[in-house]
Amino acid sequence: MSAVAHNARVVAALGARAVRQTFRRPQLMAPILLFPTLLLAVQTGGAGGAIHLPGFPHVHGFLDFMLAGAMMQSLMLAGNSGGIAMAVDLEMGFTDRLFAAPIPRFAIVLGRLAGSAALGLLSAVWFIAIGLIFGARIEDGVPGALLVIVLVTLSAMAVGGLGAAIALRTGRASVVQGLFPLVLVLLFVSSAFFPQQLMVEPARTIADYNPLSFIVEGLREPVIADVSAAQVGEALLAVVGIAAIGLIASAFALRRRLRTGG
Amino acid sequence: MLPMPAIEVEGLERKFSGGVLAVAGVDLEVAEGEIYGFLGPNGAGKTTTVRMLTTLLRPTGGRATVAGHDIVTGAAAVRRSIGVALQEAALDPLMTGRELIRLQATLHGLARQEGRRRADDLLDRVDLSEAADRRIGTYSGGMQRRLDLAAALVHEPRVLFLDEPTTGLDPVSRKGIWEEVAKLNRGGTTVFLTTQYLEEADRLADRVGIIDRGKIVAEDKPSTLKQELGPPHLALSVAGDATDRVREVVARFGKPLPSGDGKVLVELERGAGDIAPIVVALDQAGLAVESLELVEPSLDDVFVAKTGYHLAEEEKAEAAAAEASA
Repeated sequence: MSAVAHNARVVAALGARAVRQTFRRPQLMAPILLFPTLLLAVQTGGAGGAIHLPGFPHVHGFLDFMLAGAMMQSLMLAGNSGGIAMAVDLEMGFTDRLFAAPIPRFAIVLGRLAGSAALGLLSAVWFIAIGLIFGARIEDGVPGALLVIVLVTLSAMAVGGLGAAIALRTGRASVVQGLFPLVLVLLFVSSAFFPQQLMVEPARTIADYNPLSFIVEGLREPVIADVSAAQVGEALLAVVGIAAIGLIASAFALRRRLRTGG
Repeated sequence: MLPMPAIEVEGLERKFSGGVLAVAGVDLEVAEGEIYGFLGPNGAGKTTTVRMLTTLLRPTGGRATVAGHDIVTGAAAVRRSIGVALQEAALDPLMTGRELIRLQATLHGLARQEGRRRADDLLDRVDLSEAADRRIGTYSGGMQRRLDLAAALVHEPRVLFLDEPTTGLDPVSRKGIWEEVAKLNRGGTTVFLTTQYLEEADRLADRVGIIDRGKIVAEDKPSTLKQELGPPHLALSVAGDATDRVREVVARFGKPLPSGDGKVLVELERGAGDIAPIVVALDQAGLAVESLELVEPSLDDVFVAKTGYHLAEEEKAEAAAAEASA
């Protein structure tokens, strides 16, 4: 077996373990599917009238608008859960088992990201299914849905890189878990749950520059309107930017951990 | 030409931030096929040494080779040659035993079918076939240690590092691990075993190294280390007020030793060979003894001589804790 094939197999095996670990630990799974679904139900049921506000984007229903926010919340929390799981591995010494194996150490991070990507894919399929069941329309049809799935999957992997970096740097699950409220703050100062053109200052300016807004709009566009290459391009750029930061920070944190032993 | 040692360590050091020197220049050599017992109290530097030899921690000084590869420049090759079972079995309680062994086989590059076959064989070997599909979190401490050992063997390593493999286990589980380690060694595997248990080192190790405050303070075969302390002594409990007369008789056979508990102690140059003549002499003098015991120097005596304190006390406390948690 070539080194590349071996490493790919290792990443896949570690990714599969990450997914199994999430399914077997309800406190990791609940934030990915249950919480965003509940928030989606509450917001759609309680704030549906918002679509009649002047300046609100033209949508078939409030659910169509909110799906992108729910997916964004889910993928952010998938990344956070991945970070928590990695920190738990560090705390209980499981990562030492991986460090002592003849594999490139960064494969451990990539395996975790593969798991986040798989959970992102699951989340995208879940929310598209929920949307369709409860009457949402995807304006761009199957290609639009596929684009959303790909974007959510990539975004989950990118955000997972940030979670992995924090886990590797701190080695403590409680610290990564403590970022949960920050995730929500970042979401609320993006266009995830409300159109940024209707926000008041300074939230509007923050949302304008918040990279999450670019991803959210990239997810929302295929659902509520025709896909624009510019919007998708901006979303992908934001994903690549977050991924780059996450991977570089993870590489530094991993290097430091291996040098200092903690 | 002499065979290359399985482990060769020269002046190995590890300094942590804050200037703490956990390992302060360790030198040792472990021959191919040997079981090397690495003894020391908590915090002596055992685990730090093992973490460096298994490439989990970079040394800050000195050098070491494992299976012929440098632990810094040839770390990947070292990892291919070794099996590692670390202190406090590093297991994921949410995985099943079978999943863990199969993952370990993948990490070591075994083909899927080969990995599955090895997993089945190893689970059978450590008597975990029936529990293989249960989550590890439901395993007892002994089962977890056996699983950890099996995981370390999946790629048939040349050198096996066992870091306190029986700490906290009940005596039955402990003996099970000892038998497995002895069996592995008979198959040619070199074993580097850290332990706090003197009996473990005494029973398993061909040679032991005693580490204290980051330095090796003694190293040899257990029997040689014990012999260095001198010959065994005989302890006699005497009935009534005949202690002085008994002492006079036994003094003809060896040097009397001071005793604080009323027993008569005498050093025996010839060891057990002196017991029969002493018994005959006491009988001829009309003296009765209540009990008679030949006391050999133990590894704990060696430990006390080399470090100034008893490891056996820590061992007893550990055993009590294990019993309480069982």
